[in-house]
Parts: sequence; structure tokens; C-alpha cells
Amino acid sequence: MTENENLIHYLFRLGDNSLILGQRLAEWCSKGPTLEEDVALTNISLDNFGQARMIFSHLAEIEGKGKTEDDYAFKRNERQFYNALIVERPNGHFGNTIGRSFLFDAFQYHFYKELTKSKNEFLAALAAKSLKEVQYHIRHSGEWVVRLGDGTQESKEKIQESINDLWEYTGDMFDTDSKIDALIEEGIAPDYNLIKNNWIKTVEEVLYRATLKKPEDGYMQTGSLDGRHSEFLGHLLGDMQYLQRAYPKAEW
Amino acid sequence: MNNTSEIKLTVDEIWAILDTIPDPEVPAISIVELGVIRKVKIENNIVTVNITPTYSGCPATERFKQDIRDFLKIEGIENIELIMQYSPAWTTNWLTDVAKEKLREYGIAPPIDGTEDKGFLFQSGPKIVPCVKCNSEDTEVTSQFGSTACKALYKCNNCLEPFEYFKCI
Repeated sequence: MTENENLIHYLFRLGDNSLILGQRLAEWCSKGPTLEEDVALTNISLDNFGQARMIFSHLAEIEGKGKTEDDYAFKRNERQFYNALIVERPNGHFGNTIGRSFLFDAFQYHFYKELTKSKNEFLAALAAKSLKEVQYHIRHSGEWVVRLGDGTQESKEKIQESINDLWEYTGDMFDTDSKIDALIEEGIAPDYNLIKNNWIKTVEEVLYRATLKKPEDGYMQTGSLDGRHSEFLGHLLGDMQYLQRAYPKAEW
Repeated sequence: MNNTSEIKLTVDEIWAILDTIPDPEVPAISIVELGVIRKVKIENNIVTVNITPTYSGCPATERFKQDIRDFLKIEGIENIELIMQYSPAWTTNWLTDVAKEKLREYGIAPPIDGTEDKGFLFQSGPKIVPCVKCNSEDTEVTSQFGSTACKALYKCNNCLEPFEYFKCI
């Protein structure tokens, strides 16, 4: 029972990470700076929605309450979401979006890489599948960080400012709680200290190539694993859930 | 809706039917040639088909699940179970050589080597993707993301043709 509870909690964490980032990137649809970039951001959004669907379908199965993937996406309130704080940060300008994607994609890459070794069959399969997709995501955001950082004076200042502003939300990606710690103990969830070390190396490599400075570690925001979020998540959900809330059971 | 009439087709014949279903987004090849059909089984008068999606968010998955039901229904088979099989993950290595040639004829450059790029952060070396029109090797990538999840955008510097490349995963 408890074992299942831990896994359910963890699946919410993973599913919400993908779902919320997917929604944020989808907001760029038809607003991208170039046609190719519009297509890229929405493709990455689609990969994230796909990963979220896989996770929520599995969650519905093991929870066994007769819910569907849509119930999880459209019928939970913000305190019932467990995504890392960084993915709900607003899109801002293109550099803000790229900075957010880069810091999170680097995390997802190293996270999924470790998760492929999970003793849980579903999580290992999810990780192997998602890793192939995230590899394209980190390359996309990483190359943009280099282009913007090593670009014009203005692009450099803007992307540096984006990275600096986002930094305080990065610590929360690696947070665990007692439920996740139990899963780590069992070899179901990966070691987050290891992921953090690998993440730092990737971030440093890209920032170096981009001639940018790595921000100093200071105060880190926390709370997402308890469902405590920034004011931005509620607005995102208002947008994402409006149709299902206003017209329950509406279908395509 | 339970159709209890006995299934008279063999597993091979069902594979042959599935091989006539075109990929919804790349109709030049069938879903069997794409490699998404992993297993076909007939047991207790039920046909079970294991499907492995290409990309987790690929919208075509929903479409060909429906197509499988529709095509088999024509043959009188209605007891169908579709299983989503996520492991091992789909890879472009499962595309047959015949399928790759069909892609090229259709105007989509097939995956080169069939292997994913090793350098995860920055591409290790420029990958040469010959132009689908003039076969020139002087081509460049315009975007790693194209009209569908599985394709990248390229352009030929020789004949100026823009074309799609089926990227490796």
C-alpha cells in the first residue's frame, strides 16, 4: 500500500514536470521568432505531452480508481500539482524560454539516463524512450544558449540575465522527500546527488562555450513536492483546464 | 459487440493485412515497414497486436490504432486487443532497407547509418545527408524539428531544394 503510494507520488512529479513544460512551450505556438523555431518549440512541447500521457496512463492503471490521463491533467487544482518550480516560470522573451529549457533539459537528460537503470519496469522503459527525445531537446536549447551568449552584446546580456534569474529555481529540481527517498532506497528512483553532479558539468560546459558566467549558488526556492507553487501555475492551469472545467467531458 | 465467429486467418495473413496500412504521416511506407508493429498473436479467438510508438507524443499513433481495427474489421475480425509496448523503445534501426528506399523516392531523406548521434550535447561531426533530388552532398540543416516529430528540415545548397530528413533515434 505505502509502496504504491510512494510510486504514485513520484509519477505525479514526473508527469507534471513534462505536462507543465509542454503547456508552457505550446504557448509559443504561432508566436515563435521564426517559423523553424515555432515548429521546434511545439515539437518539443509534443514530446513532453507524450511523456506525460505515458506516465498518467500508467498512473491511472496502478491507482485503479477508474480515472483517465485527462482527469489528472484537467481536474486537479494547483496544490495537487508536483512539478518542479522551474517549468512553470513564464515564457517571457525568447531568451527566458531558452534559459528555462536549457536548465531543465540538462536535468531531464541526466535524470532519464539514470532512470533507465530503475528496478521498476515501467520507469526504465519510459526513461529509455524519453531519453532519445530529450537528447534532441538539450541539443536544441544548448545550441541556442551558445548562439545567444556568444552572439551580440544585447543577446549576451539578456541570456545571462535569464540564467541568473532562473538559477534560484534549479535547486528544487533535485529535491526529494521521504516518499522519494524510499524509492531511491529500493533502486526505483535514481540518486539525485549523482544527477546534480552530472547536470552541473553539462551546464558549465555549455555556459563556457557561450562565454557566460555560471551564477553563484544562493537562496533556492523549494516547495513543489508539497504542492506549493509560484503564482504563475494557477494562471497556466486556468488556461489549460478552461475547456474541461467549463464544458465537462467535452471531447474532440 | 462480441463477435464470436472464429478467426480463420493465420498470423502471417494478419501481418500481410497490417502491411497494407500506410503510415498516416508518411504514407509511402506501411506501419509494418515503419517497425511499430512488434507482435501479432491469435489466442482464444482474439487478435492481439503489440504496438511501439515512434515518438511518445506522435499523434499518428491514435490514427493507426483506429486503422488497424478498421482494416481487420473488413476481414471480419472484431475481437482485437491493442497493446502499447514501450520497451524496447522504437528506433530508426527498425526501418528496413526497402522502407528507406521508399522514403527517398517519396522525397524524405532516410536516416543515415540508422544510429543516433553519440555526442549528446553538440553534434560530433557534420552528418552528410545527400539531397533527395540531386544527390548532392552539399546540404545543410535548417532545423532539427520538422513538420512531424520524426523529421528534421534540410536544404540543398546545390539545387536549392528544401527537404525533410527522417532523423535517427
